[in-house]
Amino acid sequence: MTFDIALWLTQDGITNGAIYALLALALLLVFAVTRVIFVPQGEFISYAALSMGMLQLGQLPGTVWVLIGGGLLAAGLDAAKAVRDGMPGRLPRIAAMYVVVPVAVSAIAAWAAPRQLSPWLQALVVLGLVVPLGPILYRIAYQPLASASVLVLFVVSMAAHYVLTGLGLVFFGGEGLRANAFSDASFSAGVLNVGAQSIVVVVTSLVVMAALWLFFERTLYGKALRATAINRVGARLVGVRTELSGSLSFVLAAFIGALSGILIAPITTIYYDTGLMIGLKGFVGAILGGMASYPLAALGALGIGLLESFSSFWASALKESIVFTVIIPVLVWRSLTSRHHVEDEEE
Amino acid sequence: MMRARWPLVAFVLAIAAAPWIVPPFYVTLLNYIGLAGLVVLGLVLLTGIAGIVSFGQQAFVGIAAYTTALLTTAMGLSPWVSLFASLAVVGAFGLLLGAITLRLSGHYLAIATIAWGIALYYVFGNLPGLGQYSGIDDLPPIALFGWPLDTAPRIYYLIWTITILALAAAMNLLDSRSGRALRALRFRGVMAESFGVDTARLKVLVFLYAALLAGVSGWLHAHFLRFVSPHAFGVNAGIDYLFMAVIGGAGQVWGALIGASVLTVLREWLKDILPAAIQRTGNYEIVVFGVLMLLLLQRTRNGIAPALMRWLPKRTPRPPSPDAEPLPRRAQPEPGRMLLEVDGVRIRFGGLVAVNRMSFSVRSGEILGLIGPNGAGKTTMFNLITGVLPPESGQIRFLGERIDRLGQRRIAERGLVRTFQHVNLVSTMSVLENVAIGAHLRGTSGTLAAMAHLERGEEERLRAEAARQLRRVGLGEHLFEPAGSLALGQQRIVEIARALAADPVLLLLDEPAAGLRYGEKQALAELLRRLRDERISVLLVEHDMDFVMGLVDRLVVMDFGEKLAEGAPQAIQSDAAVLEAYLGGIE
Repeated sequence: MTFDIALWLTQDGITNGAIYALLALALLLVFAVTRVIFVPQGEFISYAALSMGMLQLGQLPGTVWVLIGGGLLAAGLDAAKAVRDGMPGRLPRIAAMYVVVPVAVSAIAAWAAPRQLSPWLQALVVLGLVVPLGPILYRIAYQPLASASVLVLFVVSMAAHYVLTGLGLVFFGGEGLRANAFSDASFSAGVLNVGAQSIVVVVTSLVVMAALWLFFERTLYGKALRATAINRVGARLVGVRTELSGSLSFVLAAFIGALSGILIAPITTIYYDTGLMIGLKGFVGAILGGMASYPLAALGALGIGLLESFSSFWASALKESIVFTVIIPVLVWRSLTSRHHVEDEEE
Repeated sequence: MMRARWPLVAFVLAIAAAPWIVPPFYVTLLNYIGLAGLVVLGLVLLTGIAGIVSFGQQAFVGIAAYTTALLTTAMGLSPWVSLFASLAVVGAFGLLLGAITLRLSGHYLAIATIAWGIALYYVFGNLPGLGQYSGIDDLPPIALFGWPLDTAPRIYYLIWTITILALAAAMNLLDSRSGRALRALRFRGVMAESFGVDTARLKVLVFLYAALLAGVSGWLHAHFLRFVSPHAFGVNAGIDYLFMAVIGGAGQVWGALIGASVLTVLREWLKDILPAAIQRTGNYEIVVFGVLMLLLLQRTRNGIAPALMRWLPKRTPRPPSPDAEPLPRRAQPEPGRMLLEVDGVRIRFGGLVAVNRMSFSVRSGEILGLIGPNGAGKTTMFNLITGVLPPESGQIRFLGERIDRLGQRRIAERGLVRTFQHVNLVSTMSVLENVAIGAHLRGTSGTLAAMAHLERGEEERLRAEAARQLRRVGLGEHLFEPAGSLALGQQRIVEIARALAADPVLLLLDEPAAGLRYGEKQALAELLRRLRDERISVLLVEHDMDFVMGLVDRLVVMDFGEKLAEGAPQAIQSDAAVLEAYLGGIE
């Protein structure tokens, strides 16, 4: 391997690693707040990437039907509950959140599709389409089971993953799509040729991470989320609405998933079912970081990006095996260093 | 498992009759259900009962299938020989992965299982020796006395014989000494450990058992289809198995078969019905399937089995036989002999010295009270004695032997037995079963004997001992009630009965009166007085001074982690330093 290739692989690895790092953060966040292992994160990635691709082809993304349908279902569930509770005052809010917003962004998407806007505006439209799916999914699938065990919540995640993947095939078809790069410019620094796309990815990831940090450290909602993550009952006692925390964490996760999809769309061809593997790599990164610390999770994910890029050079066929096996030595190391003690699960 | 036997009998008859009644297509489907059921049965024990979540069972299925495929095609061995080879390979993998991952806490383990599942899929798919993604074909059928099991109805009886045997073995196991320990593992591991259960070993055992069941399923699978390819062992298959366990009811043995049936049949029907109903191609079945699963979980989050079980008649619990030979008792030290010596013990948590220079001793036949206001370090002292925490300096000796580095299990073996301040019973198990856990170290039978129910003699003696201790503490009427349904005061007394079932040399009671109502305290005091009259040695940790006054021979008073006073109860009652600690001094 020459130095040039190594540099190029490093650049590629860092670009992918930055995306995995974002995903790792979202997975950790959702897990900490809701105890959900968020498998459908992968679908937000592929929905966003494919919506981006369809907008660039001048077509209306199929996401709008999932969004409107899901919104109506969530609105129906909430409206029924509001009526049962004798609180019709909640109805306008429910309608605004689950019906008006989805229909409005769908209308914008329909308007934007034939117009070939700049990729930046298209990215905004895609965010508008995908992010509301987060709270809608939470309301329909997870909220009725919020107190169930991690295992049951995981199976819920898998069921939701099946539904969303199946709908993805229905609305996007089996063909893969690859979006145009935000910019074709490239900069040379010595022997290294840095593509503008890589810079966009890395800078966006850093900005989002900084914004998340500010959100958790400086805002009341961020602190409410952290409180819910640390002690659900305690948070409830001091007045945090834990359903709201769950919903909010799904908004953030959907945002990060959609953003990752938009960023990765020009880098690789995305199919309706590609998201799962991308999401899982974020997950492996999160584990490498110890499933608890955000900076370590981001570093771990970056490591996964680099490992993937170098192993695709040396042993392309076994790339996935290598990426997922690396977890084992890390776990061995952790099991050797952590003092063994018996611990009880909470009933 | 308080269920009648007849559902099992009826089930066996139905399975035996099925090939003559249902069309051939359904026989194939039943084969698939049996194959999946085997794997899911392992998951029920591993995940549902022991609380160890694994998404990686398909890896064991795949390893066994590939091992037997290689051995029977490339090397031409008989499938029966390769069965043992496959199980050996699966067992080795299981032990290796178990050793690496079982020490990790729950979520890491689950994720590690996903990761090795994915990694293995790509290994199967990329190794030229394993036929890459097209797999290995032309496997020989299994032959039974020269008769090849080469069609679905022919292999049907082999698959279902194995599945039903595994089901019966799992039921037997859960209703045994090892089974009780297993059922305590998930929520009450600390308690199980304090009664001598080697929880780490038990976890490896159940992991290995689940892996071997998956291995048998893989071997059958390979010779039923007579071809293996990586697609059957992808991460989706592993997730499907878990799906089946959760949908069926992961807490119950029957849940495995119910889940396997529901998912297999539902998938097949959706594949048939939907394209005809919707008149459009596309992956609609997966959407409908996901929606149905969501609805099902939102209706019954514990799965189908518990809902169905309510319709089955409950078996009248088998009363412990009165003429079971009593368990041997250990030789008790003669009265007055030194039992426990705590000598200059100290421990710090960060900057806080929780226990400092504590020294006291307990002699055989006496009741020593260790009292002190809240936060004095009593429970920490208790944890130091029972081996939950190691002291930083100082020594703890029991019958002259140092025990401060031994760990909970070894200390329990020596007859130092405890109760818990926060009631630590397995709430779904009966009172009798909970108390029988106390006698765990007085039995020796292992898991294999339990699966075959070869240990019934010892089991009867353990149950009789548990019943005897429950009658001793006055709970003889409640043997078969779930422990969680008793009042707090009664649960505390069950804790004491469980400790007594261990045949203790020294009984350690951790604040047994905390949170009890007046009447319950009276009943507890009455019980302790009776035990005292039987000359049982007790170390009683308590903060309620009135409660201990009439009970104990001597008192040690702790405050701020140090010994404040020691002596007869009357002397302590008028000790100025103690009064100040309890009532507050005049500033």
